[in-house]
Amino acid sequence: MKFLAEINVMPLKALLDPQGKAVNATLHGIGYNEVSNVRIGKHINFEIDAPTRETAIEKVTEICSKVLSNPVMEGFDFKLTEITD
Amino acid sequence: MKFGVVVFPGSNCDQDTVYVLKEILEQEVVTLWHKETDFDENVDVIILPGGFSYGDYLRSGALAKFSPIMNRVIEFANNGGYVFGICNGFQILCESGLLPGALLHNINQKFICKNIYITPDSKTSALTKYLPRNRVLKIPIAHGEGRYYADKDTIAQMRINGQILFRYCDENGVVSESANPNGSVENIAGVCNERHNVFGMMPHPERSSDDELGNTDGRLIFESLLSYLRDLSKKS
Repeated sequence: MKFLAEINVMPLKALLDPQGKAVNATLHGIGYNEVSNVRIGKHINFEIDAPTRETAIEKVTEICSKVLSNPVMEGFDFKLTEITD
Repeated sequence: MKFGVVVFPGSNCDQDTVYVLKEILEQEVVTLWHKETDFDENVDVIILPGGFSYGDYLRSGALAKFSPIMNRVIEFANNGGYVFGICNGFQILCESGLLPGALLHNINQKFICKNIYITPDSKTSALTKYLPRNRVLKIPIAHGEGRYYADKDTIAQMRINGQILFRYCDENGVVSESANPNGSVENIAGVCNERHNVFGMMPHPERSSDDELGNTDGRLIFESLLSYLRDLSKKS
């Protein structure tokens, strides 16, 4: 089976996100005052071969914890969709 | 003493470091390409130099920690070997888990390249023990991701263990928010591990070690390290 993993890596809530803060301020500056709490992270996609959905989840979680995110400063979540040709 | 300077793709302070160690401090130096898997047993100190390993892709230091040489560096450190990371080297050591914490984007979102002042905190570490007393050091920084962060409990533990090596301060040695160039927690500019054999700092001592550059404060840090290691070899 082949899956598409769509991963979001976000700065931890406890941390100041200066990028998000700057974008938030700019949005307010041009009149979007209804916007708040802008946070900026990364979106990463890849395809992965795995015998089952469970194995794919396990592998993607491992890759996210080991490589794609740093637990000291980031958290992650992902969506897994089976690719059928 | 024998130093090993690791060269990653994108390292750019490796030759400055080699120059300072070899020409100014008259030490033996070998350069180690990151694809190598081993180095000489009698290397005393491994240095991870500054630069932009792997173009800072993903996160600074995040890909370099998987370079083949790093397995050996981690083993070396775990066996008590001395490892010193400068700037990007510090980021790699945090990513590898050899040092606590992480380096985040500077609070002002700018790449900062200027001289700053630091004051030693722990007075017993190899990098700080033989520094002149009551004197701040002027050392340049050059980074976009140097905001040191670790959670409160970790910082408290590090304070108890004497793991905070340097703090950003003003020219009179006052540690204040206005003297903090990048938003680092508690003005932290350099730290070490619990065992005191792995060190990391964002400022660049190798860029302030040559008389020709008009500032040699950085040399004092290398000299402290050398004096410390000489003491150790006398004792053993």
